[in-house]
Amino acid sequence: MTQTPQNYSAANEKTAFVSERSRWDRVKLTLGKSPWTARFGMIVILFYVILGLFAPWIAPYGEAEVFAVPFAPWDATHVFGTDQIGRDILSRLIYGARNTVGIALATTLLSFIIGGGLGLVAAINRSYLDQLLSRGVDVLMAIPSLIFALVLLSIFGSSAINLIIIIAVLDATRVFRLTRSVAVNVVVMEYVEAARLRGEGLGWVMRREILPNIMPPLVAEFGLRFCFVFLTIAALSFLGVGIQPPTADWGSMVRENASLIQFAQYDIKAGLTPLLPASAIALLTVAVNFVVDWFLHHTSGIKDTPK
Amino acid sequence: MHPVLKTVVQRLGLGLVTLFIVSIIIFAAIELLPGDFGEAVLGQAATEDTVAAFRRELGLDKPAVLRYVDWIAGAVQGDLGNSFSGRSSSGVDRSRPVVDLIGPRLWNTMFLASFTAVIAVPLALFLGISAALYRNSIYDRVVNAMTLTTISFPEFFVAYILILVLTSLWPIFPSLSNISPDADLLDRLYRSAMPALTLTLVIVAHMMRMTRAAIINLLASPYIQMARLSGASQREVILKHALPNAWAPIATVIAFNLAYLVVGVVVVEVVFVYPGVGQLMVDAVSSRDIPVVQACALIFAATYIILNLIADIIGIVTNPKLLHPK
Repeated sequence: MTQTPQNYSAANEKTAFVSERSRWDRVKLTLGKSPWTARFGMIVILFYVILGLFAPWIAPYGEAEVFAVPFAPWDATHVFGTDQIGRDILSRLIYGARNTVGIALATTLLSFIIGGGLGLVAAINRSYLDQLLSRGVDVLMAIPSLIFALVLLSIFGSSAINLIIIIAVLDATRVFRLTRSVAVNVVVMEYVEAARLRGEGLGWVMRREILPNIMPPLVAEFGLRFCFVFLTIAALSFLGVGIQPPTADWGSMVRENASLIQFAQYDIKAGLTPLLPASAIALLTVAVNFVVDWFLHHTSGIKDTPK
Repeated sequence: MHPVLKTVVQRLGLGLVTLFIVSIIIFAAIELLPGDFGEAVLGQAATEDTVAAFRRELGLDKPAVLRYVDWIAGAVQGDLGNSFSGRSSSGVDRSRPVVDLIGPRLWNTMFLASFTAVIAVPLALFLGISAALYRNSIYDRVVNAMTLTTISFPEFFVAYILILVLTSLWPIFPSLSNISPDADLLDRLYRSAMPALTLTLVIVAHMMRMTRAAIINLLASPYIQMARLSGASQREVILKHALPNAWAPIATVIAFNLAYLVVGVVVVEVVFVYPGVGQLMVDAVSSRDIPVVQACALIFAATYIILNLIADIIGIVTNPKLLHPK
């Protein structure tokens, strides 16, 4: 059939277009262009996730399995030796990936649910509720969060649940501020107005209209908040008021094995033992920072200028 | 009223209000305790009379508002109540006033913090400004990479690396900073060198990056470009044009980091067994000695708020836009 202006249809031209890239294709393309730092970060994070998920199958011994020799040196049976009551350090390191990272992740998620939710409500509502929440957050942020966490832990006692709730609430203040400040700019958009005019509820407007448009800064903040929460929990555990034994945790492992460091002159491996859990913490923080940096750069739309 | 004065007074008022609310929050801590904490402190064997006497001493029979007024009035006059530890179930009270516990330690902590600040502030400013001036040079990249790494490390990691290198492998400094009250200045400096060095490393990284960012932001503004185009030398541009506008961000950076020192000091004091307020607070938290925790928290929070207040005020006072209103 020959085409004339009378019977022209765009449908025939459809085949001429390249089919739209699927989501998977786009992910592959973006990853292909990522810098080595981001790739390194992603590999490290993946490694930690696998360790955490499959800890019982990977670890050579149990989490709290006690052996005869405390402070055993590094050898074939105990790759990194044993700790002060004779538990295998390597196994505890691997279980630590599950406990320390898991608790930090749960805390960050909770703080985003609390802070993000309230931030969105405050941005949409803009009435006395917004004022009340914002001023409250100002006051809470005037106290250093580690100090505040210590006060609350002394009242409620140190347990994993208390730790998660306390740190999540304190951290939610930062999430609240960010969510509110980015959401305020989106709330005034016409499409939000349109959604409200056609009678959508608060939940719909939050979830379907505003949230997708403030996602990039929130995702980047999630990475940074995770680092911060992770370091705070590690610090609290190191101080002995965070995650309690016998749960394997990197912060408390540093404290428990710290005395080994004075034998570094005679056996450098012994001196390195307390640094292992500490470097596990540091490595994950660096990795997350790398990925967040790249993500921010990528979503900000700044194109790499050829040098 | 001069606009600068007005803003400063407003900011001071806001700071006072914040301090007031924070003190209420810290005070409310004791309200949140479970009802039977008297027995928890005094032990299972405590008689009802002892518990009742203990509750009366804490003033739990009075309304909370009255107790708050008593507490804050005492705190202002240097009376922070008695510690929970040292009390026994038989009613014998060997508890010590919180002030006696905190007093000498507060002096130690302030010594450590100022020691650190004296090294860290000039060093960070120098590194930050020079990195901003020679942006994207090898020097800038090396400094940047190094500071990014130290930021990602937990304080205790930095501390133990330093211990490993400087006290264990090459014993230059003592690994424990047990300072006796009658030590002379030189001995004090020597013994607190390790904690001060750790804090310096952590703080310089933050401070240097923030200074660098502030200066780079500034150097990109149109009036700096204008000054350059009008033929001012590099020195003139920086000293005459950039610096007057940079005081506010730099003051903010310094105060922010000194406030950060408040948090860092807690962990570092525990690592080096340094007899300061941070260590006392952590011990009090583990033994749930609420009056001591409250007192320490009040000191830390007040320092934090006041430092931030000072930064804001320096920012306001040195702001050329406010100083020369149209």
